[in-house]
Parts: sequence; structure tokens; C-alpha cells
Amino acid sequence: MAPGRALEKLFELDPGASGGSGTYSVTIFNAEPRVNYDRIMLSPVLSGEKSYEEIVIHGDGWYIRNGVTLYKGVRVTAIDRVAKTVTGTGGITVPYDDLIVATGSVPFILPVPGANLPGVVTYRDLDDVHAMMVAAKAGGRAVVIGGGLLGLEAAAGLQAQGMTVTVLHLMPHLMERQLDPAAGYLLQRELERRGIAVRCQANTQAIEGEGRVSGVRLDDGTLIPADLVVMAVGIRPNAGLAREAGLAVNRGIVVGPDMRSSDPSIFALGECAEAEGQVFGLVAPLYEMANVVAARLSGDETAVFKPAVTATKLKVTGIDLYSAGDFAEAKDREEIVLRDPTAGLYRRLVLRDNRVIGAVMYGDTSDGAWFFDLIRRGTDISGMRQTLIFGQGYQGGQALDPLATVAALPDDAEICGCNGVCKGTIIQKIDELGLTTLDGVRAHTKASASCGSCTGLVENLLRLRLGEGYNPAAVQPMCGCTDLGHDELRRLIRAKRLKSIPAVMQELGWKTSCGCAKCRPALNYYLVCDWPGEYADDQQSRFINERVHANIQKDGTFSVVPRMWGGLTSAKELRAIADVVDKFAIPTVKVTGGQRIDMLGVRKEDLPAVWADLNAAGMISGAAYAKGLRTVKTCVGSDWCRFGTQDSTGLGVRLEKFMWGSWTPAKLKMAVSGCPRNCAEATCKDIGVICVDSGYEIHFAGAAGLDIKGTEILGHAGTEDEAVEIIAALTQLYREQGHYLERIYKWAKRVGIPAIKAAIIEDPARRRALFERFVLSQRYAQVDPWAERVNGREAHEFAAMAELRLPQAAE
Amino acid sequence: MNRIAETWLDIGAEADIPLRGARVVRAPIGDIAVFKAADGTLFALRDRCPHKGGPLSQGIVHGHAVTCPLHNWVISLETGEAQGADHGCTPKIPLRVENGRVLLDAAAIARLGAPQSDASAA
Ligand code: SRM
Ligand SMILES: Cc1cc2nc3c(=O)[nH]c(=O)nc-3n(C[C@H](O)[C@H](O)[C@H](O)COP(=O)(O)OP(=O)(O)OC[C@H]3O[C@@H](n4cnc5c(N)ncnc54)[C@H](O)[C@@H]3O)c2cc1C
Ligand code: SF4
Ligand code: FES
Repeated sequence: MAPGRALEKLFELDPGASGGSGTYSVTIFNAEPRVNYDRIMLSPVLSGEKSYEEIVIHGDGWYIRNGVTLYKGVRVTAIDRVAKTVTGTGGITVPYDDLIVATGSVPFILPVPGANLPGVVTYRDLDDVHAMMVAAKAGGRAVVIGGGLLGLEAAAGLQAQGMTVTVLHLMPHLMERQLDPAAGYLLQRELERRGIAVRCQANTQAIEGEGRVSGVRLDDGTLIPADLVVMAVGIRPNAGLAREAGLAVNRGIVVGPDMRSSDPSIFALGECAEAEGQVFGLVAPLYEMANVVAARLSGDETAVFKPAVTATKLKVTGIDLYSAGDFAEAKDREEIVLRDPTAGLYRRLVLRDNRVIGAVMYGDTSDGAWFFDLIRRGTDISGMRQTLIFGQGYQGGQALDPLATVAALPDDAEICGCNGVCKGTIIQKIDELGLTTLDGVRAHTKASASCGSCTGLVENLLRLRLGEGYNPAAVQPMCGCTDLGHDELRRLIRAKRLKSIPAVMQELGWKTSCGCAKCRPALNYYLVCDWPGEYADDQQSRFINERVHANIQKDGTFSVVPRMWGGLTSAKELRAIADVVDKFAIPTVKVTGGQRIDMLGVRKEDLPAVWADLNAAGMISGAAYAKGLRTVKTCVGSDWCRFGTQDSTGLGVRLEKFMWGSWTPAKLKMAVSGCPRNCAEATCKDIGVICVDSGYEIHFAGAAGLDIKGTEILGHAGTEDEAVEIIAALTQLYREQGHYLERIYKWAKRVGIPAIKAAIIEDPARRRALFERFVLSQRYAQVDPWAERVNGREAHEFAAMAELRLPQAAE
Repeated sequence: MNRIAETWLDIGAEADIPLRGARVVRAPIGDIAVFKAADGTLFALRDRCPHKGGPLSQGIVHGHAVTCPLHNWVISLETGEAQGADHGCTPKIPLRVENGRVLLDAAAIARLGAPQSDASAA
């Protein structure tokens, strides 16, 4: 992670440095067979809250754009400092002018018998997470050895994956480095309440199992059964390679304030480095180191690294735990502690010389940033000692207002610990770039883009700058997987040219690994609509009816409704329907409210054969299931009716033949009546036409389902062609602006009838453009889904995978 | 043939199940739905929603859950339990993958059946 940050910074400081032909030609060896990802987010991946794709920091494209050569899965085995080359597994040798060693840490493995049995894993990289997820698939019991941050995150993740989890901790209470016994107890109680067993003072003596782990033996003889054992007992700097190369190594690779090792052309960076006698295990100081390395590489000889206090947060959903600074017991230290056991609240401040040097918060961590700021600044707190522990809201008699709290923070107060972003930087970017959303701030400052624990603070800064202008609640998020509303999402899909569901989820920060039954169909529609011909429809994101092109019934059978253009049929079609009904013993045949025939109770496996027979008689899917064009009802019109003014049947057929196959935000039903007597009920449809002597009255935004509403008049067309153009343009505008599942009348209410009239009736150029976009999209949409499936597409949908006959018990 | 292999029934290749999708396996005790989540994990549940018996195999698969096609209950693939405010559970069938083949636990399937099912006869 640290070198990725250093390169980003380098390319920013020296734009000429990237691109291969620039100042630097960069090669990266990564022993892990993958790109740079956010290691600290492995816990959400383990718990299933995020997917790997969501935690990638630099996708493959980043390396290509910046001319960086990445050797995935190649471990450097030797550094030749004289020849100035490094050699990796597979014999790849690359020369260097400057070398950055950033080998991270290795997890510590307890030297007990059985430690290398299959089923014993560490917790460091994605492979470990996969190993745990695979083991968790079978359910069973997991033992996590180590009750520190990492161990507890692993325990919570494994439990979320369905395992029964026990945490073994050597010390008397959990997270003893950050918590005192009381807070450790609160945490333990909360974990136990969630069903995770915790044993403190548990000293592992051996890991038992034949060929595979089966349990953990403690020194008091207890055996705890286990199908999986996770060792999370600590890490140590991975400095072996550097040591072999003859660099000065103490606990880690020794670096000076310039981040150079004992060899001036070799930097050491990240957890493998030791600066001022300290090694580091959190990203904030590592990113600071990365900045120094980048500055030095770009020629700035003044940049120096100075270790600073760090803050950590336990990333277990629903448990708020924050700690910062130094907690070690010593004579010169005092403590202030606040406890509210019923509310599960706990705070502890460690003071030295009237200055806060450490803070722990459990239950309510909202004052974390403020305490952290006091620590970093070394503020003298004598004046507020009485009220200090209650937090910033209680100082100077201010109201307990979170906005006042952030307002009072100085500009250089650090908001995002992971990425070292201060309040001043965020405010400056909000003002300069006119940012109005959390995503905007994340994109431009990185604040809240890593572990996310400062999100609340960043939102308060937005509120502070934008006042009423920032109101995330005003936009209803599409679903629980995102904070984006439909409009913003559609805008971003177009602006960022996102052309697949994974791209949308990755780029727009989806909170779940693959969405839910609400957002996936919506995204699929938006992509179908916005990228005709380019986007490949995602079958698995469609509701069953649209996936198998028939309507599911309460007993799991399906109904089949072929198109009858404009409500017209023929002896041939009726005969084919009758034959199909007989051949497949279809129990019910019904005339629908939409002027066509419904065959109900068809078995799923019969669907392709039913469609083949209907196709043979010239019939295609009526899309009676689709968020798309359904029916165009007509009346007999001028052909037969004594009042008919125009050919309403003909126009209905023409519209249906032109518009079938189109997908729309919600279903779209139309009707054409031959005169204002309106026998086709056109004035309660999504789009309706009333023929009059002078031409065609175009109506829209009617409803006759859950709501009843007469249509609005959009305009008048003198010719059939003009009517068709208006209707198609209107449909396209609705396709582009409608929220998924929003019928036309609701869309019209939201955007306003005048705006729609302005686009379609008053602006002929815009109408033409909309019409043409509709025509373009129809080029790809008018494929009969039944015929495709008769020809074998998605065949797996219609056949059982296997037919089981259970084995007989006796032999 | 060894005894262990006999209690696991081969129902087909892992690749036969679409990602974020499901297939149906017909069994004497009723249909079984075999799901493949986005991360490739496979699950098998009885193909009956605990609400009104909807065919879960026809639902949308998301994360380790499926939304029933009839009334949108969300069922955990890991436990068969209804999520959120809804209550109910559909039986889960142990499944394993070996050399790309999907195997179901015959004993667990037999247990789904009525007490006097075929499996306990003979
Ligand atoms: C078959 C049919 C009833 C009939 O036997 O006549 C029917 C059947 C269903 N309608 Fe309808 N509607 C049928 C005409 C209508 C009409 C009348 C019309 O189209 O002129 C309406 C009122 C107009 C309208 O659409 O608003 C109508 C308003 C609804 C609604 C309420 C929609 C709304 O936004 O208010 C739903 C529920 C929904 O879509 O969410 C619905 C939903 C359904 C569903 C799809 C229920 C479902 O989600 O499974 C039914 C499917 C049964 C099946 O398998 O075929 N159906 N439904 C009609 C098929 C028409 C066709 O040929 O395609
Ligand atoms: C589960 C987990 C949760 C965490 N949570 C947090 C948190 O909430 N907050 C926080 O601040 N920190 C957290 N951390 C710590 C943080 O992830 C590390 O501090 C950080 O990743 C270290 O960065 P690095 O670049 O030094 O090393 P790493 O990210 O470990 O990268 C080192 C890389 O070098 C590779 N490598 C090693 N040897 C060789 C070789 N010889 N040749 C080629 N490649 C080699 C390794 O495979 C590895 O990919 C967490 C860590 C874990 C594992
Ligand atoms: S009115 Fe429509 S949705 Fe309701 S039962 Fe009848 S067909 Fe089904
Ligand atoms: S039958 Fe599944 S939700 Fe009703």
C-alpha cells in the first residue's frame, strides 16, 4: 500500500515522471499475484460487506496509464547492490537507479506443535481471506488466537460468514494495548452478546489434528474443537531480503529522516522500515513516509519523516471503538475516566503535564477527532480539566451541536487519519471545486476514502460550508447499497461513461458486493437505455419474468401472452393458439384487459416448445411481463365505425410494430381511439391518441391501476408521421429521465408537464434528436426474445440441472 | 466406489450454474435450488420460500441472499433464514465441490422428505 501512495504522489509532484518515457521508468514486484489493494478493508471483505473489486486501489488500467510495469506474483529473491539490480522468482532481473523496499510485515506464527497443519491460517492478505471464506463455507467452528484489532476483526468476519467463533487471548483482557480492563470488559460483553465466545488468559499449548486441524489445546489442558484456526498474534517487519542484501536492519530496516536506508540509493518504506527506533503498523504514518519518499525522488531534499501519534478504530460494524496516542502506564501519567456501564459508554484520557497523550473511546467516538487534535498539538488543558472528558461540546458552555464541534476545529486539525487530510484542505476543495457530495470530497481529497471512520466529520464539513445546500437526506438513495439517488446515478453513468454493472458499483462506491434485488434491475435498465448496442443485458439482474419472458404465477408455472398487434388477430393465430393449448395441456386461456390472449399455467420447461409453435405461426412475445412496451389498444376506427375520424387501428398497429421491444423505466401502455367517444380508453393510458377530424390529439400521463388519473394533453399532430415522431420522442425522454419503476404519470409530475411540452412540442430540433435516439436504440431492441430462446439461448434456464433418485439405504 | 462417495450425489458441473444465478435439481421430495453467488460460492436450499412456497431458484441472487420472485422476501443462502422483519426458514442442503463437480449430501436430502420416504425403506 505504501509504495502505491508514494508513486501516486510522485506522479502528482512530477507529472513528467509517469508514462514510461518520463523521468522514471517504474517496475513493481509484488509477491501477491494482484494489483495494489486496500489491505485495511480486508475485514469488510471477510464479513461479506465488500467485494475485492471494491477495495482495489489501483486497477490494471492505472499501471498502464502510468507506464508502470507490474510483476504480479513475483517475489524478489535478491538485491545486488553493486550491480544495482534486483532479481525475482522466475529469474527476472531488473536494474535500478533508486530502489524502494516496501515488503510490509509478516504475521507472527506461534511456535507450538501443529502450527503448520492445514486449516491454520494467518490474517494478512487476500489469500488468507479466501482461505477463511472457503473454510467458513462448510460452517463449523473457528478459533481465533489473538484478541487484538486484527483478531477481533477476523472473529467478527468469520461469524458473519456463519462460523461459530471463539477468541483466545493471552492477556487478561482484550486489546490490552488500547484498553484498560473495564473497557476490555465492555468490548468482551458486546462480542459475547453477538455470540462470539471469548477466553482471556488462554495460553495455547498445541494445535491438534490429524492431517488437518481439529482443535486447540490450552496449557490448562482444555481442548477447544476447531475446523479453522486463525493466528493473529502480531506482526514483525519483513526485513529478511534487506538483511541479506547487507542493509542495516534492527527490528526493521533502519532509515534516516530522508527514508533512505544505510545504502543511499535504497529507500525503505512502510511497515518494514524502522524510523527513530520505531516500527509502524497503521497506514497513516506509512502514507507520511510515502510522501517523503516521493518528495525526495522528485528532487526535494528538505522533506523529512517524523513519527507522529496515530489513531486506530476497530472496524467491526456496530462496535464503536477509537483509540489514539500512548497508553502505557508510567509514573508521570494521570488518567481521567468516564464510565456509563448501562449505556455501554467508556472514555479514558491519559494525561502528562496537563497535556493529553492518549485517548480511548468506546460506545461514542464522536469526539475522537477533537481529542486526537489535542494530542497532536500538545494543548495545555488545565483550563478545561473539569469538563474535558465530556468532549468538545461541553467546553465554553457551547451547545452540544456537532456542527459547532467541527466549526471550532482549527484548519490544520486532521479529519482523515488514514490519508492525513486536514480540515483546511477539505474546506478549500469544497469551496474551490464547488463540491456538494461526500463522493466529491472523497474523489478530490481522499478524505473518508479509506476506513471511512471520519465520514460523519466530512459530512459535517459539507453541511458547514453548504448549509441548506447539503442535504443528503433530500435525495432518497436508490437502495441500501448506495447513497446516490436515481438522478445522480444516471448523470454519473453518462458522465463517467460507465458501461457495466461492476463498473458502476466500483466507481460509485457500492456498499455491497453485488447490489440487491432493488438496484441491480435498475442499473441494468439504465445501462440498457444509455448504451444501446454496447451494453450486454445482464440476465441475472432481471426479475424472473423479464429473464424468462413469461409471467410467473403463484404456483411457479408461467403465463404466455403473444403480441396481437393493435388487438388484431386472425384465424391462423387463433388456430395456432388452440393447438398449443391442446398440445401442452394448458389449463386456462383468457382474454386479457389489454386486447389479447393469455395462456396460463404453462410449465417452465415447456416454455421454449410453446414459443416455437407460436413463432411458427408468426407470433412473438407480447412482453406482458416487461418494464417496456406492453400493449397498444385500439378501436375499430374509420375502417368500420360510423364515427371514426382516422385509421385508429392502423395507427395502433404501426405504433406497436415500431415500438415493440423497447425497455422503459416502468411498463408503457398505449391506446388509440378513433374519436372522442374513446372506446379504446386512451385517456387513462401512459400514452394515448384521440383521433379527431383535423388529425391526432396526443395524450399522456394517465393512470388506471393503483391510481386513477385522466391524461394530460401533450399536443396536436396533423399527420400520422408527426404523431409517431412525437410519441417516440416522448417515450425517449421518459426513458432517459424516468427513475426505474416510475410510471409516466409520476415522472411527469416530478419533472413538470411544461418542461416536457417544451422539449417535445416547442423544440422541434430536440424532438427530432430524441426521436433519432429512440430509433437507434430500437435497432438493438427489436429481437424477439422467444425466438432467441427457441434457438437455445439461456437454455439452462428451462432445464433442470439434474433429476435425483435417492440411493437406497441398504446394501 | 467407496461409501463416502455414495452419500454425496453428483448433480453436475460447477460451470453449469450461472454466476449470480441458480439451477433446479428435481428430487423425490421436491425441487432443490442450487445457487452460485457473485463470489462463486455455491449453496443449496429447498426450492420453496418459507412465505408462500415461491420458487427461490427464480429469484435475484445478491450477496449471499436471494430475493423471492413472488413477494420479495429476502432469504439468506447461508442459513435459509428469511432476513429483516420476515420470519421463516427453508432447509439448507450441505454441498461440496470436488474437481469442478457439485455434490449434494444425500442423507440431508432424504431427511427433508416425509418420515416414510423412499430412502428409509428397503
Ligand atoms: C393479464 C392481465 C389481466 C387480465 O386477465 O386481463 C393482467 C395481469 C397482471 N397484471 Fe395488470 N393485467 C392486465 C391488464 C392491466 C390493466 C388494463 C390495461 O392494460 O388496459 C391495468 C390498468 C392500467 C395500468 O397498467 O395502470 C393493469 C394494472 C396492473 C398494475 C397496476 C399498475 C400501476 O402502476 O398502477 C399491476 C402491478 C404492477 O405493475 O406493479 C399489474 C400487474 C399485473 C401482473 C403482471 C401481476 C404480476 O406482477 O404478476 C398480472 C400478471 C398475470 C399474468 O401472468 O398474465 N397490473 N393491468 C392484463 C394483461 C394485459 C395485457 O394484455 O398485457
Ligand atoms: C486485516 C487487516 C486490517 C487492517 N486494518 C487497518 C486499519 O484499520 N487501519 C490501519 O491504519 N491499518 C490497518 N492495517 C494495517 C495496514 O494494512 C498496514 O499497515 C499496511 O498495509 C502496510 O503497508 P505496506 O505497504 O508497508 O505493506 P503491505 O501492504 O503489507 O505490502 C507489502 C507487499 O509486499 C509484498 N512483498 C513482500 N516481500 C516481497 C518480496 N520479496 N518481493 C516482492 N513483494 C514482496 C507483499 O506480498 C505485500 O503485498 C490492517 C492490516 C490488516 C492485515
Ligand atoms: S387485478 Fe391484475 S394483479 Fe390483481 S389479481 Fe387481477 S390480474 Fe392479478
Ligand atoms: S412466496 Fe416467497 S415471498 Fe411470498
